[in-house]
Formats: sequence, structure tokens, C-alpha cells
Amino acid sequence: MPQEIKLNINGHLKTISADPEEPLLYILRDEFDLKGAKFGCGVQQCGACMVLVDSLAEPTCLRPCGSFENTQITTLEGLAKNGKLHPVQQAFIDTQAAQCGYCLNGMLISAVALLKTNPRPTDDDIREGLNQVICRCGTHSRFIKAVKLASEKLNA
Amino acid sequence: MKDLQLDQTSRRSFLKTTGHLMIGFNILPLSFCQTKAGQTNISPYPGIPVRPTIDNKLVDSWIRLDADGYLTVLSGKQELGQGIKIALIQIAAEELDIEPGRCHIVNSDTGQTPNEGFTAGSNSVEGSGSAIRLAAAEARLHLLKMAGQKWNVATDNLMIKNGVIKSPSGEEISYWKLLEGKFIEAQISGEAPLKSPKGYKYVGQPLEREDIRKMVIGESHFVHDLKMPGMVHARILHPPSYNDKLKSIDLSELEAMPGVLKVIKNGSFLAVVAEREYQAVKARNLLKSLAVWDKIPHDILQETLFESITNTPGAPEKVKISEGIEETISNASINHRAEYFKPYHMHASMGPSCAVALWEENLLTVWTATQGVYPVRDTLADLFSLDKEKIRCIGSPGAGCYGHNGADDVSGEAALIAKEMKGKHVRLQWMREDENKWEPYGTAMAFRLSAGLDPEGKPLAWDSIVWSDSHSTRPNGKAGSFISARHLDPPVEFRKGGFSGGSHRNGIPEYSFAAKQLHLFNYDGPLRTSSLRGLGAYANTFAMESFLDELIHISGNDPLDFRLKNLEDPRAKAVLEKLATKTNWKSRSNSGNNGFGIAYARYKNATSYFAVLAEVEIDIGAKNYKLKKLTGVIDSGLTINPDGLKNQTEGGMIQSASWTMMEEVNYDQNGITSVDWSTYPIFRMIDVPEVEVHIINRPETKPMGAGEAAMGPVAAAIANAVFDATGSRIRNLPLKPEKIDWEAIS
Repeated sequence: MPQEIKLNINGHLKTISADPEEPLLYILRDEFDLKGAKFGCGVQQCGACMVLVDSLAEPTCLRPCGSFENTQITTLEGLAKNGKLHPVQQAFIDTQAAQCGYCLNGMLISAVALLKTNPRPTDDDIREGLNQVICRCGTHSRFIKAVKLASEKLNA
Repeated sequence: MKDLQLDQTSRRSFLKTTGHLMIGFNILPLSFCQTKAGQTNISPYPGIPVRPTIDNKLVDSWIRLDADGYLTVLSGKQELGQGIKIALIQIAAEELDIEPGRCHIVNSDTGQTPNEGFTAGSNSVEGSGSAIRLAAAEARLHLLKMAGQKWNVATDNLMIKNGVIKSPSGEEISYWKLLEGKFIEAQISGEAPLKSPKGYKYVGQPLEREDIRKMVIGESHFVHDLKMPGMVHARILHPPSYNDKLKSIDLSELEAMPGVLKVIKNGSFLAVVAEREYQAVKARNLLKSLAVWDKIPHDILQETLFESITNTPGAPEKVKISEGIEETISNASINHRAEYFKPYHMHASMGPSCAVALWEENLLTVWTATQGVYPVRDTLADLFSLDKEKIRCIGSPGAGCYGHNGADDVSGEAALIAKEMKGKHVRLQWMREDENKWEPYGTAMAFRLSAGLDPEGKPLAWDSIVWSDSHSTRPNGKAGSFISARHLDPPVEFRKGGFSGGSHRNGIPEYSFAAKQLHLFNYDGPLRTSSLRGLGAYANTFAMESFLDELIHISGNDPLDFRLKNLEDPRAKAVLEKLATKTNWKSRSNSGNNGFGIAYARYKNATSYFAVLAEVEIDIGAKNYKLKKLTGVIDSGLTINPDGLKNQTEGGMIQSASWTMMEEVNYDQNGITSVDWSTYPIFRMIDVPEVEVHIINRPETKPMGAGEAAMGPVAAAIANAVFDATGSRIRNLPLKPEKIDWEAIS
């Protein structure tokens, strides 16, 4: 049965009426037209549906939307501030780190989460930090370059 | 930029002229342009009116100058993540001298782009690119002639700078002002002068892809992201396995679920439509628990697949015959034979297949991530017994497909479901399980290779026997190529074709063997197969370049020297020589825990040249090995966009390494068991090696497709490196560490 659910998404408190069991991904995409997070596997194996929950990267394809109350959710759309891209977004553009781009949401969200806890990651730290996200096109080596570049910019 | 825009009067006349053309030819029913089809959250480019392509020989079919000082390029090739949009824009911008930033591109839409078949075979730059180049050159000449007439000046004396033509006496006019809103009335003669590569400004530059900028901020981009007013959501429940038939199902509980608008049952075709996407997912789950199936087990099991494939009955195709070759090999002082095997591989797209379909009256519009909008349209026409002109297929980006995956099937299914929901946009997305179980795989293949060398190691004879199922069961105008058409009542018949095409791609060695022979057995295997990146070239090259490494080892040769000595084409030698320089091949240090493997192939024996070095590191204690580094060198002729070429090549190398080291579709008698990423694991970040790509640019030669060039050589290079490190020759993919004889190393 639908219930009133309060979600803090990209700094805005939103109240919706929804089935609290409905996974957050469908709410983001269908209710709020936030299409950054993607459906990839539906079983938390591929990371296409990642968002930042407080400051951790978490999949949204299974976890009920109701359980996200009292958290700060940041989606890909919420990374840019005041019209300025997040350094991770800019770095992905600068290194042209994409092929089809379906995994980009998971990669970017994981990269932002990684840099919050580890501002100067090594290549291996980046591999570990982005390991939850699957990329089928084989763009991995560019993602490592992009995260390194973002780290340099953030620490400059 | 403002001065390039048309004033209001010309703008009106522009739209009127092009509009008139549309009515005049009347190919696409006018009603298409006024339907709900246009109401999407991903707006189509508004600068040119939508009208169908008329004839590929017209400049206007490929190149249009629009009302706002922009150039629009039209291509029948789909953007699949390979960066084709920017490459094609660079080609047009170059010939027409317009900044690429003022160019748009419209890809694959039966309502407006040329029919270029499938986006396949790494043929977009060679095919679409050369057509666009010729059209742009023709447009340039046409515009120069118009200006020349206007000013009474010979065209040779005119200059062009960024879309503005200038005369020696200082007159200036932009293309757009010159056309006064008319379209370019010119045929592509093929005789318009082409720019010399020496003067290229845009071709050869690493220009940025526009779509990446949009994707990093989460803008709607994919077919999955489309949203239309009143759109409803569908899910399908495929049978548990290929031949299973629906026995019974009670739909009453389903129909009462909240949000469920429709449950469709037709033969073994089951689908649900709901208001919200998650409601459709829940309904599918219930559908799955309720459906009762008549199970028809697979007869050829994975354990006996190699036996089954190599026992294909009947006579082989004689692809290349050399009389007496068997004897030559038997009598050679060095001779060798071996069998190689490749299992079924998945495309395993990141995003499950998705399409949106809309029926209005008797008009069907489908937003599809297919590689071929026209072939899919023709196949839909057969499925619904509808005139082709009543169907519009609009290409929309999907997650990377790497060949014929579920994108076509889901388009057919969305149209079948939407037919029951007239007037509603129906968005159908597969679940991960649908994707993994139902996509057509890259086929299993087997090889029996034998060769002979003379006492000095000179190549005498090479004999190949290849076994392969079909590499193309793409939509071909026959509805049976859509998987779900076969589940309807009555089922649409499917006749497998496309045998042989692609099976022996790269099967005949380029090396200077005096005699060469190839026989091909067409195998009708247990799993659904079709085109996967490189088709047969991947496994042929894996087998051939591994087997060559065996011959090199047996004859005591050096892997680089032997290749250089026995290849004639200087461009083939050049990629290998550059690879040797870039990797310090001669002074490579073998610490005892690492191994190096080289491989080379010219894709299709006719397009891009690619050589690669793989370095592996072994851990004897853990009985494991790691791919440390891949270094590749590619020559694909004239480089249009070096960063795009690198990106495609890096991606191909990593994807191939994943296929080679990890991948195999698993199945048992009840069907496919590789249903998700845990049961079909692929490379993740921690598995990926360091990757380096070097380009040999050849501006004076034609550009060649590059996206598939790396697949085969990378597989063999890794196998050769594993052999170098361990002494184990693994001939059956994937190259799993448990196949290495670890005891033999110590």
C-alpha cells in the first residue's frame, strides 16, 4: 500500500506517496525523472544504479525506497554545484572516459565516494574503489586516468 | 555565428521548401510527423524538418544546411558507443570547411536517414564516412559554383573559410545566405574534388564527443531513458529454456494486481503492462511463479560440446583447396597438428535490452537500439503484415551491444505488446535474466590445424578445418528472426541462415606458407547464435596465432623475427616493428615469474593491422596468473579521430582479454545457467591490465574500420604469454589458471 515517504534528494526534501518496498531506483527514474542511475542487473552486482547515500556509493535496484528516509541522497544529477561540474565529471570529459556510457553513473558515483575517503588514491586504490561497477566496453583504463586527474585537480 | 542564421523570411521559405519536398515525395505518411511520436524527453534535433530519405545519390540525403547556420549530417549508422557521431561530423566539417561545433548529426531513423543496412563489421567509417565525404565535397563544389555564377568568378578563384565563400575582389557570402533556404539540389557524382589530407584541419584531431558531456551529468540519453506522456511499462516472461512451451497459467491474480493494465498471453508469449515500471517488475515475478511449462531439455550438453561440434555430419565447404597439402605436411621435416576450441560467449550488454513502441491507428513507431533500423522495420512489416511505409524505426542509443544482441528482439516484443495498448507508448525493458538467457551468443567454434615447415623453419603448408555455427541470424525481413515471434500461436517459423559468413574470417594465414587450405563445417548447435564483435575472426586468430607460436617454438624461432620474415605486407611488418620498439621486445626481461606473448592479424585479412604484446605474471604458490600489460599497435589507414581510435582499440583489447580469460556461457539440460554477473563473470576493475595503444597514421590511405581489429590478436597474445611463462599451451578457451600444468613448472 502506498505510504507517505520523505526523501532528501540532491539537497531537496521531497515527499511522495509510494509503496515503501519499491526500490529507490524506480522512484528516482520514474517519479523524479532522474535518469542518471540505470537499471543494469537488479541484483546489486553491476553498480549501474549507484547513488551516494550520505557519502557512500550504494546500489538502489533492490533496497526499498522507504529505507532511505533520513539519509542524504545524491544522484549523478546532483554532483554539479551552481552550474559548475564536479571535478570528477570534468575529468571524465577531459579524458573522454566513456564508450557506450551506460556504466558512467556507477563509475562517477563510486569515484566521488572514493575521493571523499581517499583524496590521493593509487591506481590499485582506484581499481578497488570502482570494482563494484561493471563496464562491458572495456573503458576501465580511462576511468583510472579520469579518477587520477580528478584527484590532482581536487588537491591542487 | 549569428550572421550565418537566416532571416525570418528566408527561414520561412526554407521550411516551406523542405516541407514541400516532403509532401511532394510523400514516402513517410504525413501523419507520422504530427503524431505523439515527437513528444519525448529526448528532443530530436529541430533544425531540419523530418522527411524521409529519397535516394542515397542525392547530396541532400547525407548533408543538409539548416535554418540556423548549422550543418546537419545524416547517417544510417547507429552510435553504439564507438564514437561514430564525432568521426562522421569531422569528415563532413573537413570537406565543407565548417567548424565541427556547428555540425549536428542524425543517426539511423527510417523517417529521415539513408538506409545503410546494419552498423556492423567495423564498416561505419568506411561506408557512411566515405559517402558523407563524397556528399560534402559535392556540396562544397555546388556552393562554389553558385557563388561563382552570382559573382561571375571562376570557382578556382574562390576561397572558403568556415562556411563563408570569398571572392578575390572581397565579396563574401555564407553557404546559408547563398542557398536562401533552398536545399542543395545536387547528385553525388563522385567527381567533386576531395581535399588533400595535407590541408586537413579537423580530420585527424582528437575532437571531443558531445555525448560524454551529457552523460556525465545524467542527461537522458539512452532508449532506456525515454519518457513520453502517458507512457506505460511492460515486462516479458520468456520461457525457462529455448524449446519449453507454456502448459497453463491462471491470470486472475495477476490481473487484480495494483497498476496492472494488461496481461498478454499468446501461445508461450507472456507479457504484462503496468502503469509504473516497478509494478510491471512485480507482476513479472508473479507471472514467473504462476506459469507452468512443458519442459523440453537440451540434447547437446556442455560437457560433450567439443565432440558434438567436431562430429558435424556432411561434407565441409571447400573454402580454399590446395591439392596434396596433407601429404606435404606429413612429409615436412617439421610438422605439427593441434585442436583448438572456443565456447559460446555473450554480448552481455550492461543495460538489458529496451525499446519503446507506439501504435496509432495503423501506424507503428518504434524507438530502438538496433544496429539496423531499416532491417528491423522490414522485419516488423513481416511480423504484422504491414506496409513498410507505415512503420518508423527511430534509432536511440542502447548500452553497448558489440553485435546482434537482444536489441532487435525487444523491439519486436515492444511492438507486439503495444499493439494491445493502442495509442499508448509502451516501454519494454528486459530483466538481466532475459538478456543472458535469450540474447544470441557468439558461437562455439573448433579448429583442427596442421602445418609443415622445412628444416630451416621456412613455412611450407598450412591446413585448417573450422567448425562453426552461424554468425548472423540478424533481422532480415522475416519475422522468425525475432525470438518471441517463435513463441506465438501459431509460431512464426525461423530458418537459420547466415552459415559460413564470418565463420572463416581470418581463417587463412597471411604468412607465406606455399600451400594453404581451409575446410569449413557448418554446425547446427544447441544455443542461439549470431554476430558478436569480430565474428569468426576472434577464434580463428586465437587458434592461428597460438598455433603459429607452437610452430615457432618447435622450430626454435623468435616470435617476432618469424612473423617479420614470413609476412610480405610492409604495413603488417610496420605494426610489429613499432610494437617491438615500444615494448623493448629485444631486451625484455624475463624474471622467471613473467611471460610475454606476441600476436598479429590484419582484420578480415583486408582492413586494420594490429599487433599486440601481452605480459603475464604467474604466482606458482597460488596457482594463478595475472595479465599485467597489453601493448597494441594499430594501423587503420587515415585516422579520423586518434582519441576515438585509441578508445575503441583499448576497449577491444580489454573486452577480448575478458572473453579470453574468463568467459564461457554455461548451460545444462534445463537451459542457460549463466543468468547474471555472478554466473557469467567478466573483467572488473581489479582484473584489468595496464593498456597502451600506439597508432600508425597513414593520411594518404583510406580510413579502415578498427573496432574489431584487436579481438583475435589479444586472445592469442595472452595464450602465448601464458605458454612463455608456464610451458602450458592452453588450446581451449577460456584460459583459466586451472588449465595450466603448475606441477611442470617447478
